[in-house]
Amino acid sequence: MTFEYAPAPESRSVVDIAPSYGLFIDGEFAPAADGKVFKTVSPSSEEVLSEVAQATTDDVDRAVKAARKAFEKWSALPGAERAKYLFRIARIIQERSRELAVLESLDNGKPIRESRDADLPLVAAHFFYYAGWADKLDHAGYGPNPRALGVAGQVIPWNFPLLMLAWKIAPALATGNTVVLKPAETTPLSALFFADVCRQAGLPKGVVNILTGDGSTGAALVAHPDVNKVAFTGSTEVGKAIARTVAGTDKKLTLELGGKAANIVFDDAPIDQAVEGIVNGIFFNQGHVCCAGSRLLVQESVQDELLDALKRRMQTLRVGDPLDKNTDVGAINSAEQLARITELADAGEAEGAERWAPACELPSAGYWFAPTLFTGVTQAHRIAREEIFGPVLSVLTFRTPAEAVEKANNTPYGLSAGIWTEKGSRILWMANKLRAGVIWSNTFNKFDPASPFGGYKESGFGREGGRHGLEAYLDV
Amino acid sequence: MSERLSVFKTYKLYVGGKFPRSESGRVYEVSDAKGNWLANAPLSSRKDARDAVVAARKAFGGWSGATAYNRGQILYRIAEMLEGCRDQFVAEVADAEGLSRSKATAQVEAAIDRWVWYAGWSDKVAQIAGGANPVAGPYFNLSSPEPTGVVAVLAPQKSSFLGLVSVIAPAVVTGNTTVVVASEKSPLPALSLGEVLATSDLPGGVVNVLSGRTAEIAAPLAAHQDVNALDLAGADAGLAKELEIAAADNLKRVLRPRTEDWGADPGTDRLLAFLETKTVWHPMGV
Repeated sequence: MTFEYAPAPESRSVVDIAPSYGLFIDGEFAPAADGKVFKTVSPSSEEVLSEVAQATTDDVDRAVKAARKAFEKWSALPGAERAKYLFRIARIIQERSRELAVLESLDNGKPIRESRDADLPLVAAHFFYYAGWADKLDHAGYGPNPRALGVAGQVIPWNFPLLMLAWKIAPALATGNTVVLKPAETTPLSALFFADVCRQAGLPKGVVNILTGDGSTGAALVAHPDVNKVAFTGSTEVGKAIARTVAGTDKKLTLELGGKAANIVFDDAPIDQAVEGIVNGIFFNQGHVCCAGSRLLVQESVQDELLDALKRRMQTLRVGDPLDKNTDVGAINSAEQLARITELADAGEAEGAERWAPACELPSAGYWFAPTLFTGVTQAHRIAREEIFGPVLSVLTFRTPAEAVEKANNTPYGLSAGIWTEKGSRILWMANKLRAGVIWSNTFNKFDPASPFGGYKESGFGREGGRHGLEAYLDV
Repeated sequence: MSERLSVFKTYKLYVGGKFPRSESGRVYEVSDAKGNWLANAPLSSRKDARDAVVAARKAFGGWSGATAYNRGQILYRIAEMLEGCRDQFVAEVADAEGLSRSKATAQVEAAIDRWVWYAGWSDKVAQIAGGANPVAGPYFNLSSPEPTGVVAVLAPQKSSFLGLVSVIAPAVVTGNTTVVVASEKSPLPALSLGEVLATSDLPGGVVNVLSGRTAEIAAPLAAHQDVNALDLAGADAGLAKELEIAAADNLKRVLRPRTEDWGADPGTDRLLAFLETKTVWHPMGV
């Protein structure tokens, strides 16, 4: 007998989206200098949610000037006072978390279960964490009285819009910097709602400025001569372009870029737990996760058993309405991203890997991609080398721990890795050999504001989270 | 009786623990501060640079995998060996930088002491750069620093020995391996340092020393896909920008040139510059 799920939709009425939004500069919303706007749609329905301003180079200049003007007072404020603003922001986010979670699921397409239980709690926790640092910087290990850098230009991606904002803004403000932040083109709304959170918190004007726009806005921001710090999360390709842009300047740069993480399962691993970890590793947030466990490395002796269990589990994944509380996998964020995932998955088939996906009815409107598994993948295949950034898992096998390490490290990326085994000494040996910034052993995709996050090699440099995350915003 | 004719030294590169000439067969004249000829130094080619990267990569696994205690012992051994040939280095530094004997002595002594300072850091850096993270859940969570990998180092142009040691020691003590481009005008102390390193139990390939035109050798290093980081101490602003752009191709960690007082307390800046932070999670439970 099978159980059917009744729809369990979260109400949209908790969030009130205005028909249009301006740029948030110096504490005021204003249209773009040339009046240009673009639409933001809900990827699960293609419904237009709102119209937002397309910031021009002039707008970038105005925002940087506002941030510069605000910097003098903000950086001179006693740390304890800056801390209280951040605590206020954290509290207001907690109070408005239902609203913000629904908004995030609407604009991004992620399941409400994730925006409600992962994104928003982590956003509030991040502000709480860095609030507490603001008056303790003398004790952070960077020498006495470490100084703020100045104006931070921050460009964030669409996969965790509000969480990435928190990762950028919280440490920047705690250390006394002021901020010009550009949210992703396809997910501008939660950043604009955050502007309202700043208003409610009474944050001084110009300390946080939000510029919506496309890649050209981001490029203008990182190139602005009066920006002292550039922080970017996004693709490795754009990260490299930004690194070239800031070359020869005094701008401090941190980059959090792509990944192609190996999730390594040994034959002694608890299979059911490993399957949960694999599913969480690649299907969390539709696989739109830079640290996603997109390469499953399974020890040959348990390959059949593990893949059978994994396929059984994948058949129970519920794909659909992001606002349904029972949904596991939501919508792909944009038509463009869907095209990229489709192209790479097709390349996987064309190169000879075997494709499998559970029977799964996808909604007719919106952008969707069924959870997909490739077996028979070799290291030369594009789906084993390129970041797909979607719900697509490539399965490779290994015989010995040394071979697992060799294959796991055989990538220009180095953001994360997973290890599944009951043997403690093997975990530590593997963790030591893997060239990646975050190692999850017998777990995956865990995040915490106290835990430094960031990559090796072409996954970028600098860390976000923890004491380490302060360094990116201090003149040290 | 006539005065004894001295024996000149043929200065050679130090790559992979060996002392090759430049594969190009080229040399260039090195003179002292007054313009008197001192020696012919190898004029390294792009191929020499690539060979040095291969040697540094080959050495990385062993050196980064050595215990911190062992690396500290070896750095201290370098100081011991240098102490034994102070006079040679004092003479070379005096010639190279046009210093009086007493000033050159101060530079060499400071350089020896710098090896000792960094030797002691080997088994302490993880305790200041890493630590336990109190995450909100039943997890063990630990961050530890790890070496970035192969670091290309453009040694300072003016401070031919103290500056040189001040950029090499912090990179290697944490387990990185290096390709070092010596001061273009004053490469002799760097080439002689190779001879000391070769007899200090430092595995071959951990430090590779090239002499020649900085811009010529640095370009292939900055663009090299198997180099992980770049220390631009010895680059002028124009060259530094060019190299930083090339380094973006594989996102090398770049330490930009800045005004340095090599005699000052080195602090931990350079020590921490070529480290990656690795954070390991594990659930707690019974």
